[in-house]
Amino acid sequence: MTNYNFSSKFKHANIFSIVLFFISIIFIIFKGLNYGIDFKGGTLIELRSNNIEASSIRDVLKTMDLGDVNVKKFGKEGDFIIKVEQKGDNNELIPKIKNNLSNSLNSDVNFRRVENVGPKVSAELLQSGIIAISLSLAAMLFYIWVRFEWQFSIGSIIALFHDVIITLGIFSLLSLEINLSIIAAVLTIVGYSMNDTVVIYDRIRENLGKFHKLDISDTANLSINETLARTIITSVTTLLALFSIFILGGEILRGFSFAMILGVIIGTYSSIFVASPILKYFKVSYKTIEKEEEKIVP
Amino acid sequence: MLNFSKINILFIYFLLIFISIFSFLNFQNENDQLIKKKINLGLDLQGGSYLLLEINSDSLVKEKIQSKVIPIKKLLKDNQINYKNFKINEKNLSLSIDNIEKFDLLFNSRKDNLVNPYIDNYRSYELEYKKIDNFRIEISFSKFGLLTINNSALKQSIEIVRRRIDDVGTKEPTILQRGEKRILVELPGLKDPERIKSLLGKTAQLNFRLVSDNKEFGTDELTSENGVKLNVSKRIIMSGENLIDAQPSIQNQNNEPTVSFTLDRLGAQKFGRATTDNVGKRLAIVLDGEIVSAPNINEPITSGNGMISGNFTFQEATDLALLLRSGALPTPLIVVEERTVGPDLGEDSIKSGVKSLIVGFILVILFMLYKYKIFGLIANTALIANLLMLIGVLTILEATLTLPGIAGIILTVGMAVDANVLIFERIREELKTEKSIIHAFDSGYKRAKITVLDANITTLIAAIILFAFGSGPVKGFAITLGIGIITTLFTAYFLARHLTSLVVLNTKNKEIKI
Repeated sequence: MTNYNFSSKFKHANIFSIVLFFISIIFIIFKGLNYGIDFKGGTLIELRSNNIEASSIRDVLKTMDLGDVNVKKFGKEGDFIIKVEQKGDNNELIPKIKNNLSNSLNSDVNFRRVENVGPKVSAELLQSGIIAISLSLAAMLFYIWVRFEWQFSIGSIIALFHDVIITLGIFSLLSLEINLSIIAAVLTIVGYSMNDTVVIYDRIRENLGKFHKLDISDTANLSINETLARTIITSVTTLLALFSIFILGGEILRGFSFAMILGVIIGTYSSIFVASPILKYFKVSYKTIEKEEEKIVP
Repeated sequence: MLNFSKINILFIYFLLIFISIFSFLNFQNENDQLIKKKINLGLDLQGGSYLLLEINSDSLVKEKIQSKVIPIKKLLKDNQINYKNFKINEKNLSLSIDNIEKFDLLFNSRKDNLVNPYIDNYRSYELEYKKIDNFRIEISFSKFGLLTINNSALKQSIEIVRRRIDDVGTKEPTILQRGEKRILVELPGLKDPERIKSLLGKTAQLNFRLVSDNKEFGTDELTSENGVKLNVSKRIIMSGENLIDAQPSIQNQNNEPTVSFTLDRLGAQKFGRATTDNVGKRLAIVLDGEIVSAPNINEPITSGNGMISGNFTFQEATDLALLLRSGALPTPLIVVEERTVGPDLGEDSIKSGVKSLIVGFILVILFMLYKYKIFGLIANTALIANLLMLIGVLTILEATLTLPGIAGIILTVGMAVDANVLIFERIREELKTEKSIIHAFDSGYKRAKITVLDANITTLIAAIILFAFGSGPVKGFAITLGIGIITTLFTAYFLARHLTSLVVLNTKNKEIKI
């Protein structure tokens, strides 16, 4: 077993977390999130062609008066993503763009992917995404509240907010796209981070019952050290899987796996340095869990 | 925890083998399969088109409320109720009447009420009225009247969409109702949905009307195929409902593609009478409010066969014939969401998905071997069993595998070892204080149990919520992640525990390192 003194670093770590958390919120509010067409509506076209430049695609689209158009390289040489931010339902827009591109670019164009999301649907998707994340946070809160004491419940929820907000903050900072798969990633991060926190909390509760003389800082410290090997090994295997998706899984999964990688790292950190100190601030002791037990078994 | 009864062991391996067998069904040739079960590939992997269509019932409500004007006026006249200022609005009718009590009685009578029928299903009338002041009332559809209009339009639209898509002949289309106003269409393997979209975008309401010489009362000014505006009588001689067949054909004289049609008996009668009475006049063929062509009636057509020409290409004639055969949509359909993936991108996605799965799997296995040696081997056996069972369950459920779904499997590989890691680490701790190795293993399993459950339930909750709220490919992720957790618990707590017990019980009293 390792014997690092984690509790002595709680204070610095918490200041670091709070700063990061608020910087993230500032970024999310002022810079905003880069919503993809799933949530903003619009059209996305992925195409593959030989010997063409993004600028020539841009030139063709410029003549069409489409409003805000974004052309980007996408993975391999010759692969491009076009995003058109068009409002309203326009059934004829896509064939028009495709025809214009096929005719104007002196090269075979292979349209590999076309997505079009209307404004009504995108608003609904965003709404259900937000509901899903809120609901998962609420469900976790409830689960922990049933399984542990309320102090643990609040500690784990703060750690979850910490993870989700900072992950989104980094997405805002790097202007990475938020789409449906990022929502899936955030939910999985919530599950993973909770998983990590629960393992440490389980041990803290066990040790509180075992060693009445230790205060919460020492108990937390002991528990974190006892579970540290597991925390690291699981993070490593999960990250091995995620990096292999990130590197080999193709362009479409890149955003998803990147969000997950961030989430796993931040989630592991928060289980140790956010969720555990909160118990200390709530002055949790062996009496806390004994009281609860009395309540349950009268 | 290390003692297994024979029945337990039998149960564990039977379940393991039974479910794993299903995973191999996916690699078999479809023809010589005894059990036809297979994981379906999502549209993002096999390529194809996903369309979400929405009906617009507003235009229908307007049309329907207008159709109530004449019956209501008749009701008022027949019962000597005087009315004035009859106004037709977008969604309602407003009028002033001199006897509201009498009107109320007639309007809400259940017997023989053709103006305002009673809908038994909802225990409600189709229409309702509200008083604006002592004399003026406003008649509109009731909540359930609107619902009835919407539902029947949606049902009818689904039927017509199905007919049109079947007629085009794509393989295994999925056509489903989504919510109150939407139709989901999935067309696997379809590379370019534009033709289908344009076929679904037209209501194809066809009618035959006489061209009028002057702009008298009761005519519409419509644009003809060559841009000339014509006055066309509002009276409909015959509509598309009377068509029983329509086929594209080539006219012999000038090789022009046309659509020839056959009418039912009623239609043939109507058409025969109208063409007999109006020889020499022009007949406008109106499709969705535009004149396709307006030929002269040279002689009475009583055979019930006819032909529509209108400078079509052969493709246009084929499509028009298809639209006429399938019937008219009650309202225009709008594509509110479209996702099309080409087959080559789907193939690339499968390749990269499988590649990252294999690499991720090997990395995790090597890491576990390095960390836990012989027990790493046990964890890895459990991991392989886990993967086979996961794929087996997906096959039994005939689930749809998507690209995020593959990511879910890889993630399961990474997270599944957690259960065994938790247990092994616990055993390591127990070994320090416990003298008996068997006891140490036993209490290690016991103590880790709750933690393993707790830790996995949290991820399961996230997966369930994602399944409930996610759409399309993301749902596929939730499925694999959720099932992966259950197979993980099974393999860690039953299979790996049994394997561990074999190792521990066979090396009695000797030193065991974990």
